[in-house]
Order: sequence, then structure tokens, then C-alpha cells
Amino acid sequence: MAIHEKSLIESDRIMEHESLVVDGVDVSGHWNTMIKPRYIADYDDDFEKIIQSYGGGENVHRCWQCGSCTNSCTVYALNTDFNPRYWIYLTRLGLKEELIKDKDIIWQCVSCNKCTSICPKDVRPEGVMKALAHWLEDEGHTETSPSHVFDDEFWAQVEKTGRIEDAHVIMNFFKKTKQPLLQPWLTAFTTRMIKHLPFAHLIRMGLNFVFTPRTKSWGRTGKVLRDYVEGEKVAARQRRQQIKEAA
Amino acid sequence: MAKVAYYPGCALEGSGGPYDRSTRALVKALGLEMVNLRDYSCCGAMEVKNVHPMLQTYLSARNLAIASEQMGLDAVMAPCNGCYHNLKKAEFELATSDKAMQTVQELAQKADDPVYKGDVRTLHLLEWLMEELGPEGIKQRLTKSLNGIKIANYYGCMYTRPRQIFPEKDQGPGSESSYQPHFMDDLLAASGAVNVDYPLKTACCGGAHTLSDADTSTQLVLNLLQSAEDSGAEVIATECPTCHSGLEMHQVRAEKEFGIKTQVKVLYFTQLLGLAMGLSPRKLGIHENVSDSIDFLKEKGIIG
Ligand code: SF4
Ligand code: SF4
Repeated sequence: MAIHEKSLIESDRIMEHESLVVDGVDVSGHWNTMIKPRYIADYDDDFEKIIQSYGGGENVHRCWQCGSCTNSCTVYALNTDFNPRYWIYLTRLGLKEELIKDKDIIWQCVSCNKCTSICPKDVRPEGVMKALAHWLEDEGHTETSPSHVFDDEFWAQVEKTGRIEDAHVIMNFFKKTKQPLLQPWLTAFTTRMIKHLPFAHLIRMGLNFVFTPRTKSWGRTGKVLRDYVEGEKVAARQRRQQIKEAA
Repeated sequence: MAKVAYYPGCALEGSGGPYDRSTRALVKALGLEMVNLRDYSCCGAMEVKNVHPMLQTYLSARNLAIASEQMGLDAVMAPCNGCYHNLKKAEFELATSDKAMQTVQELAQKADDPVYKGDVRTLHLLEWLMEELGPEGIKQRLTKSLNGIKIANYYGCMYTRPRQIFPEKDQGPGSESSYQPHFMDDLLAASGAVNVDYPLKTACCGGAHTLSDADTSTQLVLNLLQSAEDSGAEVIATECPTCHSGLEMHQVRAEKEFGIKTQVKVLYFTQLLGLAMGLSPRKLGIHENVSDSIDFLKEKGIIG
């Protein structure tokens, strides 16, 4: 029964006393802040295995909590609530409820791979962040993140033609996330981009948009890959179901 | 001389057009030879691995196999950090996992694609230039100079991370370093530029979330731009179309939405080297950059 670090400092658990006498000893001024004890019983012992069934989460069991990932993390430097080491810790302990508290920021990992580069145990924390984000979505704890929408749109185009065309991906992304395409900064960006462009280049860009580039020899590849991935995903889902049932 | 296939990937075909043009012009002017990789597909960029990691491994292996099996070439050269990273990662995964290798080969047979066997290597354009010419070779071919312009060399994440997938880096003198990369510094110094001490060389630009989490990306890009200015740089040299577009886009966003203006210019390192070789700005696609550096280059006497 571990006492979990963050719950120690949740504000409603902190008891402060003007003066305090414990067992006849006056501890006022020294030990007058107490933290209500808390026992956590809602472990999911199989949670680690569930996360391992997602692509990227396979090595999460190796972590020895050195903290190098968080220490080097790009997003942690902007927001100290973004803490890969801590989430890996919660995963290993099976403290899902604690993890869900941070559900809205986990997807923000920018995939810079600093953590994966530095991790002495080959945990590949970058992959674990993706696995956690996918789990949160699968279990309905979060909406599909914009980054996930972008990934799916990107893959849908590659599956079909073998390639992507920037403008299509961007347009479909904005459509699917219900954002206006005419954001002032994007308009300013596009205006600056085309300001100096020769006419022939604009035509080329236009043609590229209308006749989306495709890989001629793509043939059956997209379908073969889709079938493979679907098979893998079904197998992973079944694995998760078995883990849940066994528990 | 290695027999090299050129892999532009989707970015250089699209938003990274100026990088493609300057790469081709530079390679030609330097007298190097490369052939276009035949009918390639996307490498998966940063997105496809999140749908399933095997997709990215397969896409990259397919491209490598086209070079070795169908074209009889030794190496695939990618100027894009994302492509380079993915190809290297596939090489690494397939060399270290029999299971992954077997899966990729089975999928290739099913799809009627060339089958990857592992006998081909991936090079970043920077590595290729260092391997074939090095700073000395570049010096011999110069017709002009970068006239001491001050440059912050920006390498981004994917050229150096994760270091495990780049076994040839960090091998001591002469090799590239994953913590303090210097190939771009070396080549630009040979062309007459002054490299500033730029602490954020390998910091992330937030490229993976350029649109999906624009606030984070803008913050990261602002760090890069401001740190470059603090280091005394007039130009940030880039070697990746995603970093380059990210820097340009969020420089505009910071200016438009937050009123934070930064002066530093953003140019591909191939454009800078090309200028030192006497190639015209138009040939190098400099007018296609969003960051308008023509007046600056004139002022410095680099272009007429
Ligand atoms: S760097 Fe690796 S071992 Fe260290 S805390 Fe992070 S995941 Fe765990
Ligand atoms: S890959 Fe994600 S978790 Fe890892 S250091 Fe970068 S932002 Fe942090």
C-alpha cells in the first residue's frame, strides 16, 4: 500500500494548525502542517500489461524511475504538470485514477525523442506517451485528440495513394476538427508565401492539389497494410479483453 | 563514390519545394551524382507510426528496398530529417529484430513490393556532403563567400534522436555528434559564414503539433528564434522542411497574434551553400521562402 506522492500535497488533504500538541509535545511552528493519511486500494495490477498491448508501450516495465525522461522533456519545460516519469510510475503501479487526472495533457508530447534518447533502460517513453493517449481515448476518458485526428487523416491518404499532399491534409484536418481554415495567422502566412512566387510555381502547386501525387506501383500495398494493422489491432483488443476477464 | 538514390519524400515535393530545388542545384554544382528514387512512397512522417509502428517500418523498408533491389544502389540520401529518421529507424528495427524483418518481408511478398534485405544504408544530405567533399572539398569549389554572416545552425530533433538508431554518430573525431552536431557548422564555416554559439541546436520546434497544438509549437519556435537572436545570429540555417516551415509559420503567428516580432532570417543550409557556389537566389528557391531574406543578402553583398 504505497502512499502516492501527489496525493500527499493535494490541497484538501493538508491540515494546518496554529498551534499543535502531539502526545504532550508542543510542535507548534515546526510540525504544525499535517497531511491527512490516505490509503489507496484501487490498483489495477494488470494495467501495465494493458498499456504494453498498445504500439510503443511494450517496454514500460523496464523503468527504474531515474527521472531522466522528465528532466530532459521538451513539454515539461513548458508545463511541469507534463511528467512522463510520473505517468510511467502510475502505469506500473496500476493507479489509473491518478493518471486520468492528467488526461488532457498527455497527448501533447511533441515526439522530440529526448526521453527515448536519454533513457538508460530503453523504455522508449515517447512510445509510452502515445500508448497512454490511445488508451485514454479507447476507454472514453478523452475525446480523440486533434493530434490523433491529424495522424488518422495522414495515414488515410498514404493508404490510398502511397503519398500525401500537404494542402489536402491541412484542409481535411481543419474540417474534421471543426476549425475555420481562414485563421488570421494562416492567411498572413499564405499571403507571404505566395507574394514572391513565380506564376509557374503557383500553377504547379495548384496541379499538385488537383492531381494528388500518387505512387504508381502502390498497387495492393495500402490494402495489405490496412489488413495487417486491423488484424494486429483486433489481436491487441482480444489480449486486453483476456487480461480484463482473468482479473 | 557511393551510388546514391535521392529520396525527396512528400515534404520536399510540397511545402519544402525550395529545399528540393536548392538541393538539386547544389548537388549538380558540386559535381556529385544522384538518381531519383523510383516511384517512392511516403516514409510515414511523424504521424503514421502513431497509427501502428509497423506501418512506418514497412513504408521506410519499402523505399530502401526499391533502391537496393530494383535500382542496384548502395545508399538512399534524404535531405529531410523526418525521412532520414524514419529510414534509419527502420534499418535499426530490422537489423535488431528478426520478427520485424520477417513481418516486413512477408508483407512485401503479399503486396508484390520489392523485398528488403538490409544491404543498403541511409544518408542525410549533410552526411553525404561531408563524406564526399568535406569542408576542404567545399572550399575548393567556392566562387563566392558568405561574407561573414552570422549563422545559428539548427539541426532539430530527428537528425540526432534517438541516438540509438545512428550507430555511426558519436564515433570520435570526424564523426557526427548526436549531442553537439557540427556537420552543418563545418560546411557553412568553409563557405565563409561565422557560426554563432547556438545552445538550442537540437531543441524541438514542436513540428509534430504545428497545427494540432499551435500554442506549444509557437512557444517552442519563439524560444528558437529568440535564442538565435540572443546568440547574435542574423540567420537560422535549417536542414529539415518540417523545422523550416514550422519556424516560418510560427514566426508569422507570433507576430500576428502576439505582436512578438523577431528579425532573424530562416534559410535552408543548401540555399546558403548554393549562394557561396555562385548560384542565383531564384535557382535556390530563396524567393519561395516565407522569411524574406533578399534585402538582407543584398546588404551583405552576397547577391547583386
Ligand atoms: S528515463 Fe527511462 S528509466 Fe528513467 S524514469 Fe524515464 S522511463 Fe524510467
Ligand atoms: S518525446 Fe514527448 S515525452 Fe519525450 S521528451 Fe519529447 S515531449 Fe517529452
